[in-house]
Amino acid sequence: MKNLLNSPFVKKMNSLHTVIAILFISTIYVTFCNLVFAEGSLLYVSDYTVSLLGKYLCYALLALAVDLVWGYCGILSLGHGAFFALGGYAMGMYLMRQIGDRGVYGNAELPDFMVFLNWTELPWYWAGSDNPLIMILLVFAGPGLLAYIFGSLAFRSRVSGVYLSIMTQAMTYALLLSFFRNEMGFGGNNGLTDFKEIFGFSLQSPDTKLALFVATAVMLAIGYAISHFIVNSKMGRVVTAIRDAEDRVRFVGYKPQHYKVWIFVVSAMLAGVAGALYVPQVGIINPGEFSPLNSIEIVIWVAIGGRGTLYGALVGAIVVSYAKTRFTAIMPEAWLFGLGGLFVLVTLLLPKGLAGLVFNLMDKIDPPAKESNAKAIINNKNTATENK
Amino acid sequence: MLRLFPLLLFCVMSFNASAAVSETQEPSALSSLVEQLPTTKLNKMAPLIENIAATSAPQVRDILEPLIEGDLYYLKSNKQVVSVQKNEQNKYELIDVLTTESLPAVKKSAIKKVRTNNRLRGQIRVLLANLDLMSVEEGVRLDALNQLLENPNQIGINLVTKLVKTEKEDDVRELMSVILLINQLQTGANEEKLAAAKQLSERLEPTVKNALVKQLDLLPKQDDTAELRKALVKSIDNIEQSASVYGLVENLFFGLSLGSVLLLAAIGLAITFGVMGVINMAHGEMMMLGAYTTYVIQQLFPNLIEYSLLMAVPAAFLVSGFVGVLIERGVIRFLKGRPLETLLATFGISLILQQLVRSVFSPLNRQVEAPQWMSGSLEINPMLSLTYNRLYIILFALAVFFTLLMILKKSSLGLHVRAVSQNRDMARALSVKSSWVDAITFGLGSGIAGVAGVALSQLTNVGPNLGQAYIIDSFLVVVFGGVGNLWGTLVAAMTMGTFNKFLEPSMGPVLANIIVLVGLVLFIQKRPKGLFPQKGRSAE
Amino acid sequence: MIVDKNGSPLSTVTSKAPDTKHGVILYVEDVSVSFDGFKALNDLNLYIGDGELRCLIGANGAGKTTLMDVITGKTRPDTGKVNFGQQIDLLQLDESEIARAGIGRKFQKPTVFEALTVFENIELSLSGDKGIWTALFHKLSGEQKDKIDEVLATIGLTAEQNYPAGRLSHGQKQWLEIGMLLAAEPRLLLVDEPVAGMTAQETERTAELLTSLAGKHSVVVVEHDMAFVRSIARKVTVLHQGSVLAEGSMDEIQENKDVREVYLGEEQA
Repeated sequence: MKNLLNSPFVKKMNSLHTVIAILFISTIYVTFCNLVFAEGSLLYVSDYTVSLLGKYLCYALLALAVDLVWGYCGILSLGHGAFFALGGYAMGMYLMRQIGDRGVYGNAELPDFMVFLNWTELPWYWAGSDNPLIMILLVFAGPGLLAYIFGSLAFRSRVSGVYLSIMTQAMTYALLLSFFRNEMGFGGNNGLTDFKEIFGFSLQSPDTKLALFVATAVMLAIGYAISHFIVNSKMGRVVTAIRDAEDRVRFVGYKPQHYKVWIFVVSAMLAGVAGALYVPQVGIINPGEFSPLNSIEIVIWVAIGGRGTLYGALVGAIVVSYAKTRFTAIMPEAWLFGLGGLFVLVTLLLPKGLAGLVFNLMDKIDPPAKESNAKAIINNKNTATENK
Repeated sequence: MLRLFPLLLFCVMSFNASAAVSETQEPSALSSLVEQLPTTKLNKMAPLIENIAATSAPQVRDILEPLIEGDLYYLKSNKQVVSVQKNEQNKYELIDVLTTESLPAVKKSAIKKVRTNNRLRGQIRVLLANLDLMSVEEGVRLDALNQLLENPNQIGINLVTKLVKTEKEDDVRELMSVILLINQLQTGANEEKLAAAKQLSERLEPTVKNALVKQLDLLPKQDDTAELRKALVKSIDNIEQSASVYGLVENLFFGLSLGSVLLLAAIGLAITFGVMGVINMAHGEMMMLGAYTTYVIQQLFPNLIEYSLLMAVPAAFLVSGFVGVLIERGVIRFLKGRPLETLLATFGISLILQQLVRSVFSPLNRQVEAPQWMSGSLEINPMLSLTYNRLYIILFALAVFFTLLMILKKSSLGLHVRAVSQNRDMARALSVKSSWVDAITFGLGSGIAGVAGVALSQLTNVGPNLGQAYIIDSFLVVVFGGVGNLWGTLVAAMTMGTFNKFLEPSMGPVLANIIVLVGLVLFIQKRPKGLFPQKGRSAE
Repeated sequence: MIVDKNGSPLSTVTSKAPDTKHGVILYVEDVSVSFDGFKALNDLNLYIGDGELRCLIGANGAGKTTLMDVITGKTRPDTGKVNFGQQIDLLQLDESEIARAGIGRKFQKPTVFEALTVFENIELSLSGDKGIWTALFHKLSGEQKDKIDEVLATIGLTAEQNYPAGRLSHGQKQWLEIGMLLAAEPRLLLVDEPVAGMTAQETERTAELLTSLAGKHSVVVVEHDMAFVRSIARKVTVLHQGSVLAEGSMDEIQENKDVREVYLGEEQA
């Protein structure tokens, strides 16, 4: 990743094609190395690494979702983990039903935890959860609906800035408390786990893991393309305008609340998809995913990568997650110091994140081209909004 | 044995009666009784103990209490009766129960236990309680009466029947009459029952209600008991009514105490966020630091636990305040006018502080002791007692609130703070050092959070996550009350606390918490400026 | 509110032009606004004729900006009526609906979308559908491009059209904001201190522009610069403590005893 950032190709990275190409090449590379080389070979990519990379890609998609609302629309959501978790729970419910009678209690209809609670039948909201189509629908509808309700209430009454941030945090906190309750019917404290298979494929098999990784990469590419389309449409410009001068947008005749709700819902759905892809790869979903700390970690990925640039969110999520994996393995205590320090340093010194840093460096390396460069970038419709 | 009981009773009564008449018995009577202890067989112990109790000598308690505990021994050599206590060298310290003199410590083999059994122990407890009934201390008498009310026994009731005539204190006499009325209700003729039922309708003791309900259940369905039935039902209704009133009062009290905790947590934030407009996500950690300061002070002065809280309040204020000033100088001042960045940076600081505490003190919760004066409760009547720790928290929260209000209203610092918060440029033009004011204000807000932490250390576990639990709630309180309005914060905190506690009985604490959260979120979306919004163009 | 598939309100109001057959485009009647007991507007009455250029003057706190806020829906009056033409009740509409009904506003402090280019600023301000789906799949038509070019030429920012608006000078931002107003083709323009921070030359051009707009549009200008007011005004309204103190031509106003006392008097002193 470091090499990539410092390479001159970075200048072109802000085009949709580059990001998708990188994604494509790395996916092929990982797949190839995983399948072809034997264990012990220098080029071998282990199944564990594949799952880990799949997890990072889910995070990248989640970061993309946050960037869309925060970087472009100025809505700092401290509750996106809730949408992620809801998507995850939708997938988890499906996977739970796939277990069938292979659970500890051997009940073909009810998941183990319900048998444990002496429930005799599925709650109504579990109806149809064994149907993959309904699962997919739920992955979008669950987060989308929550975002719609929350968003229309908040944005209509013009709650914004830190107020909105705190309220999103309160939202995810309330969900955290709710999902801890056994009565909610989502497995309480333990959440949903012990999954066996997805669409009939065993979750333990390396092939399924690889397939999930590839699926995540594909979804990330699609999500990136959608986001790219949105931010480069007139919609993207209206949203950016709302971020910078909401009042003015209103006096020009737009209804900012509609735009905000719309982008909030789209973003929530992206987060939900990320959650749904995440769950089969890590094998568990529990209420901890709702914890406010999780949501705020997403924000720091975006802040570090550079908000307001789509690829920045991707880079931030992957770099920070990788660092976390490494650090928590070497010295777990240092990680929170590191994360906390990152928050402070990035906000103080790198307000535009790594992406901003790269642009600054480029300007310094190549000063005479500055003016023309800037113009060129501005003229390039693709970059106009990513370049702020 | 059962047959013997009435006889026994008679014995006791006569002895007690004589005890009440003649103040002092011959000491020799007691000593001769005590001398019999080592030699009396278990089945003969009961009358002996009755007799010992009946002497009403001051030593009686010193004999009977060790007997219950199994600490009463006699020396094998001379049958001298002693109470013992094991010391560090595995030897036994002896005290002569008659003379209360200490004797040289001996080995276990030199002494032998005075035998008792459970039946005797029960008997001794009753005797001890009744002994208390005649105590000269009013409080002791009241306690004994309450105990008798809970566990009625015929000996005690008979004794009370006598004592009530000579009792001089009103409240003691009242309690005695309640005991007698219940007895009358249970054992009297129908007319007596009726009278008792009517008289008991104002009593709040739970025993009274139980006795009434029990009588109602036992009442045969006959015409001649209709009046009694009516009286019983009416009295029970009456009692239940007052019970619900006092239940309401108690809930209100719980609500206010929770509200006070919220107020303490939110009030510092009301300064930093409300007045300065700076959002401090590390606010909870300022409280955590305050709580840990309390812990450290207790570790430093283990002998001064009683005063530890008093010392901790200024110490916590200084520690958290100092950290607050550092944060303001080091980070926040560079992020002026960028609230979202401030939010993120201070969140980072909160992570660092949490990890710091984890590394220094361990991730486990630390035990902060409660001083004596914080424990116990203020009993207003049998249905309503207010625990001291909650009571003190309410008072403390209000004291902090009004102190802060005074500081902001009356002091020159307050004037500067308000000036800067309302119009920074103008204040600066009038040579108010706005950067200095910012640092001090932030320190003040953080310091108060630290003080809140001292109070919290008495209510919850002191651990690295202490602050996190409160941060969302306190923000909601500030926003709910209207940003920049201290009175609003007070009202909001108390409303939220009371609401929570009133929802809790019907739906449990977690759901109540969720409902309050959701309710608040909806409220804020309805009225984004809170209960008491600031109006006008400047508020935009 | 009923919303069509684009998320735009389906009210008839936006599609209907204000009814001005009595020659009046804006009716402000008996409007009062108070903030915490302070009366910012006090039973204010004001009528703006169709195609008129009106100047509003008054000391600080006289209620000029509050009046603008009321007309554009930012502040709701405690009492009174505000109508656009005869039939459109502005008090029933929110800011964006008022803007779409044909009232444009320029703020005291120039607010443009700094992250967007000058071109994009104008593009967003064009009149037309402001719904979500249109925005998502919108392509500029040739007609719209011509309109943008025309506006850019009018405000003299053709050369800077691809610059981010944040890079413009203060005066240029003022012009851009006016350009955004023009692109929206409003029937009524509310202009708050348009020449603040402008050079003499820029001021002159602004005066020219505003005068040329009158007729086709109705224009209300709030300004402190008396020379500027004199250069453009046909009719002047003086506000004082939330009500209209006097109304008339500049000369009449200067002769008015009350005005001399409370406004000009203060200024000369």
